[in-house]
Amino acid sequence: MLSFVLRRIGVSILILIAASFLMYTLVALAKDPLEDLYASNSPNRDALIAQRIAWLNLDQPIPVRWFNWLLGAARCVIPFGGCDLGVTIQNQDVTVVLARAMGATLQLVTASTILAIVLGVLIGIISALRQYSAIDYSFTFASFLFYSLPSFVMGVLLKVFVALGFNDWLDSPVFTWPWIIALSLISGIFWQAIIGGNRQRRLVVFAASVITTGAMLYGMSITAWFLNPSLGPILTPLLIAAFAAGMVLIIAGARARYAWRTAGVTAIVLVAAYFVLQPFLKSFNGWGVFALFVAAALVGAAAGWFLGEYDKGQAIRIGVLTGVLGMGVIVLDQFMQNWNSYVNNPKVNGRPIATIGSQTPNLQGDWWIQSIDTFTHLLLPTISLMLISFAAYTRYARGGMLETLNQDYIRTARAKGLPERTVVVRHAFRNSLIPITTIVAADVGALIGGAIITERIFAFSGMGALFNQGLSHADPNPVMAYFVVIAVVAITFNFLADLAYSAIDPRVRVK
Amino acid sequence: MSIPIDPALEPPTAPSDGGAHVQTADERGVSQGRLTFRRFMAHKPAVVSAVLFILIVGFAVSATGIGPLPGWWKWNYEELIPITNAGKPTLTLWPFALGDHPFGQNTVGKDYFAMVMRGLVNSSYMMFIIGLIGAFLGVIVGALAGYYRGWVDSVLMRLTDIVIVIPVIVIGAVVGSAVGNLGPLLLALFLGFFVWTGIARLVRAEFLTLREREFVEAARVAGASDARIIFKHILPNAIGVVIVSTTLLIAAAIILETSLSFLGYGVRPPDVSLGLLISANESAFQTRPWLFWWPAAFIVILSLLVNFVGDGLRDAFDPRQKRIVFRKVKELPEDAVIVAGTTADVPEGALVTAGGAAIVEGVTSDRPEDVLDEEIAPDPDRRG
Repeated sequence: MLSFVLRRIGVSILILIAASFLMYTLVALAKDPLEDLYASNSPNRDALIAQRIAWLNLDQPIPVRWFNWLLGAARCVIPFGGCDLGVTIQNQDVTVVLARAMGATLQLVTASTILAIVLGVLIGIISALRQYSAIDYSFTFASFLFYSLPSFVMGVLLKVFVALGFNDWLDSPVFTWPWIIALSLISGIFWQAIIGGNRQRRLVVFAASVITTGAMLYGMSITAWFLNPSLGPILTPLLIAAFAAGMVLIIAGARARYAWRTAGVTAIVLVAAYFVLQPFLKSFNGWGVFALFVAAALVGAAAGWFLGEYDKGQAIRIGVLTGVLGMGVIVLDQFMQNWNSYVNNPKVNGRPIATIGSQTPNLQGDWWIQSIDTFTHLLLPTISLMLISFAAYTRYARGGMLETLNQDYIRTARAKGLPERTVVVRHAFRNSLIPITTIVAADVGALIGGAIITERIFAFSGMGALFNQGLSHADPNPVMAYFVVIAVVAITFNFLADLAYSAIDPRVRVK
Repeated sequence: MSIPIDPALEPPTAPSDGGAHVQTADERGVSQGRLTFRRFMAHKPAVVSAVLFILIVGFAVSATGIGPLPGWWKWNYEELIPITNAGKPTLTLWPFALGDHPFGQNTVGKDYFAMVMRGLVNSSYMMFIIGLIGAFLGVIVGALAGYYRGWVDSVLMRLTDIVIVIPVIVIGAVVGSAVGNLGPLLLALFLGFFVWTGIARLVRAEFLTLREREFVEAARVAGASDARIIFKHILPNAIGVVIVSTTLLIAAAIILETSLSFLGYGVRPPDVSLGLLISANESAFQTRPWLFWWPAAFIVILSLLVNFVGDGLRDAFDPRQKRIVFRKVKELPEDAVIVAGTTADVPEGALVTAGGAAIVEGVTSDRPEDVLDEEIAPDPDRRG
């Protein structure tokens, strides 16, 4: 094991060095960094050229330049070694620029990666469980469509239809009757297809979801909910209860009493916390909210530990998930209460969904307002990135689930009379996750660097913009800095994927 | 490997290995190539996609002309024409009429139909060149690494690792910024040199298993050279992997090319690519939406069609993916014969009954549904 890790690290370093040479040579040959100065007619042109040659060592041959760059970059690995990734053509230190860009990109890709994985796996599994049904075909077609949609087309469409459309609509947020009817019917068809069953059950589900959706939309319409949204003291407890029940039904099944008790206690504590916290919540900042989530998770874990009876591990899982999701509902309600003051802020001026940048300049407000601002700016690029990787995950999750459902141990599980929920969740789902880990790991590495196009469309200054601007201005060092980060991340994540694979699948041995 | 055998001459014995085959009369004694072709033709979306793709590209080529041959469309993509009717599209579907500028005119007055058709031709031939060069290099590298193993494998696979570390869009942008001004053809050639890594890994894995099979041993004993074994014996057996991944590479190549052109590292003006058209007219969406819609629609359509063809090919070459799970059974054809054999996971030859033939139970489609809990598609790969 240790020798595997060491050998792997050694080979990775060699690959990195070789790839950096390839990249450095290509970048150096691609464009001349002096091009813009040759074309300029400023009086001190020659001085500028001499200065830039000195900054970038352009008087040396490419391999020598690369070697010097490599020595500087190698010092980044040594703690306090004085990281040196060279300077830009404006003589800025690249490490400083890089740190800023990495922060922005991490903010952008984290949410989209998590959402894409969760939704992709979920939809892939639904698709597999309903193989060759209308919903399977629709999901398959949708995933092909998103897969074939280049990110720049997706970005422009989102900007025009979601951002401009929603902002315009917010002037008078009323659903007209054709909209209410159409949306209700769509939700009815969707839910009856997902839940399935015989004709009677499908009809009941269809009718229930049409009526619920229609009533909800009508209610939102007449109370102008979108101008002043909130979940309020009725919906918040209901949603918390629904999450608790959902967790129990999915993870433990309806007959597990200990699970009902765990989720019930956690939900009651959360509802109590909701009413107690109302006056204070506005004054919380990011750390405070984080602490609330941790507290909720601890409450859930404690409930699971004390009420878990013979299956403490599963009860704790149910408790923690209920706690975190329920706290999410409470925090969401608080965000909604702040929404109105955000939209009416003079800097926002009633058009909340932003299409460029990562924040509204000079916006005044507490943590809640700033977070809503970040949310409205990240919303579109996140959706755009999410839909693209989501498509691939759906396909993998569906294929993996079908493969697993065909195994003999699934037949055995069914034959010994386990309920379908146990077979799907405990036997099939867990095993189908094994191959997905590898793909997720590889994708996370790619996502950190892969937002070049999305960042350009939404004028977001992260890693992609660093690369793009560096390359178009023939500025080699930012491009190389970008390369180092994504290459190191990609290699690390592949390595972690291999280790994780052998950890979760005992049949696989690293050697 | 695919010698066509007259179905009538094929002895009615069942295959000696592989799982419980459900054979229909059509599939008894047909060559593997024809079986694959048939399965592909049965995949309706894939066939429709292939036909549509050929029609669209053919239409675009005939409109723009090819080489010295002029196309049938009256304008050229570079001509400046005085703007009429604010550059709105003149295409009407009912009654069908193209009009003077079916897709409208861009902001300086160039005919947008001619530009989109030119972009379509450029983008589609570039995607084929990128995909085919990538596939060619990938097959060579993967075949050599998988066949020779040892140091050849180590060197080639480390080389693959070096290239694979750099994302395709990144290396494509760097290459494109260097050679993009040399024209679409050269750009596509250069891009092709950096997209072979995925196929190389797949082909290598395929070769590593195939080289241990008996038919390779037999060929070597018969005195075949390495080149002959690689290209005549092993490669035809790996053709499924190669064709499917080439198709998917071609689908990825159109996204790569249009993305690079969108960013400004691909095809440069005055020449046209679909990505370039979108990048030039992105901001005009509010005033002249058709300048965005036409190229966007064609990119999505081309990419979607190629992906569908790839999906159909994958199902045709690897029918194992197509199984139905749960207690659901498709109606079997009247003449179906269910052949019970060893399960698929038992190594070949582990459970061969007398005469090498498995037990033929001769159960027909009236078999109770709950006995069969999955439809197992015929699996020619297991026949060796």
